[in-house]
Amino acid sequence: MAKTPYQPPQQSKFGQFVDSLFLLVLVLAALFLPVYFGLAGGGKTTLNLPDASWADLGQNATMAQQWEKLGYTPQTAHELIATRFDYSFSLPALLITAFVVIAYFWLVFRWSAKEYKDVIAERFDR
Amino acid sequence: MTQYTAVHGEKVSLLRVLGPGHVWALGVGIVLVGEYMGWNFAVGKGGALAALIACWAAGMLYTCVAMIDSEVTSTVAAAGGQYAQAKHIVGPLMAFNVGLFLVFAYTMLEAANAITLGYLVQTVGGMAGFADTHDKPFIVLTIMFLAFLNYRGVYATLTFNLVITAIAFVAILILFAAVSPWTDNVLKPHELLNGLPYGWLGVLAAMHFGMWYYLGIEGTTQAAEEVRSPARALPLGTMTGIITLLIAATMTWYICSGLMPWEYLGQAVTPLFDAARLTGSTPLMVLLFVGTIFSTLASANGCINDASRAWFSMGRDRYLPQVFGAVHPKYRTPFRSIVFLVPVALVFAYFAPLDQVITFSILSGLLEYTFMAFNVLMFRKMWPLGTIKRGYVHPFHPLPAFVLLALCATTYFAVFLGYGTQLVAMMVFYIIASVWFAGHRYKFVKRGAQFTMPWPRPVGH
Repeated sequence: MAKTPYQPPQQSKFGQFVDSLFLLVLVLAALFLPVYFGLAGGGKTTLNLPDASWADLGQNATMAQQWEKLGYTPQTAHELIATRFDYSFSLPALLITAFVVIAYFWLVFRWSAKEYKDVIAERFDR
Repeated sequence: MTQYTAVHGEKVSLLRVLGPGHVWALGVGIVLVGEYMGWNFAVGKGGALAALIACWAAGMLYTCVAMIDSEVTSTVAAAGGQYAQAKHIVGPLMAFNVGLFLVFAYTMLEAANAITLGYLVQTVGGMAGFADTHDKPFIVLTIMFLAFLNYRGVYATLTFNLVITAIAFVAILILFAAVSPWTDNVLKPHELLNGLPYGWLGVLAAMHFGMWYYLGIEGTTQAAEEVRSPARALPLGTMTGIITLLIAATMTWYICSGLMPWEYLGQAVTPLFDAARLTGSTPLMVLLFVGTIFSTLASANGCINDASRAWFSMGRDRYLPQVFGAVHPKYRTPFRSIVFLVPVALVFAYFAPLDQVITFSILSGLLEYTFMAFNVLMFRKMWPLGTIKRGYVHPFHPLPAFVLLALCATTYFAVFLGYGTQLVAMMVFYIIASVWFAGHRYKFVKRGAQFTMPWPRPVGH
């Protein structure tokens, strides 16, 4: 039996403005808040290296030459050389993150399939 | 098929004026900047050798993306690219999410380009004796100028991209030849490479920024409604684009890792320009300065083009307020979408650090590629070969889809190593947006109008 096509309501200009504003705020908040609160960015650690000479920083003669061409001294290069990523992590944190990603895709695919049935019914059952 | 604007019902459509060269320029133009900046953060995460392994592994990921995308896009040739694909194959909520993935991957990439351009102008200004040169005005000017260019018309915009992308690519070739890679006169890889400072975990971690070598190549599909022959131009432009990028990425790695200690390279903002500085040749420095500026402009330009098309498509389908579905009556561009996304790019370019902006872009891209793997599996099942006309059929199906899924899973883990908070923050954003769409926005969407391709009913529905 032919299905009556769904007639969506017409959205007012004010409603469109509110939706646009909501999206703008959501985008800026969700993407910018982690940066603002300092939660974003790599977990870092600092190696305990003396900065008296290039050799102290583990740099050979060629490396030292290139650093100097770039305008660095052992003292100014110290932070760049001594800063390392900290890859230690907790298994629960990894599992929770994996769960969030998988659950997100599962829910979106499931809900989309429900909506897709209406789309196909309207398109092909007329 | 002609698509009309959603706002007043006037018969104004996007112009079909682009050829395969423009498609190549759109894809490579967006991505080539990845050789000029950003890829080298992979060196910081795992060392130079890890970055090379990540470069090739990410190359495989993007080869799968290009193969899959060429088939689906040459068949679903509608503005919005993967967004239109999701609408026809998976359903409205997925399409809404994919639209957002596209918009944020490109808008953040645009912001990253503006940051790099500003930094380079500041650096060169300092070298030329203008110590007070500030990067912020150049960041704002770049975004505003390119948004204006996009507002005025697609043909001039992408022709501009074709020229400056070609120049930026030739600059890498010239630098590669100039450092005589067949000798050790200039490059010293044996003395600068230091193995894997973080071990094999660093190789995994490097996949995070390894994606930056190629991120955005799938943007070729955004021009689907504006190319003269989608079935020919889209696969040709996309596949030649990925080949160009694989060559440029390998050359870039070889030049930079043979000239810089990995600790410097891993944090440099403009590594290819720094490589030119280290050769001591002024003409090369000028060339790579121009190349970096052009690559950032081409990329930002393509990003504005792609993000606004995706936003426009969602407005036209009422997934977003209808006002965004308007085409400019004179310039035939999605002008309101272009203008709306300017402040988002500006805020990020102005306030956020480069590596974090890049991470936001990469995460949106990663979510999109995960969708693409499932999408092509569903596409082949719902419309088996021979049931609809395809512009291109990718070989070895379903192997590319499974390889893509495996590499995406690896990259999620790579992002988790060091940037886990941002990963969760992004997921929270997409979950809130999905709830908003399903609970509020979807009531404005015309159900049957979501399926516009002249295909038979899908198998299983």
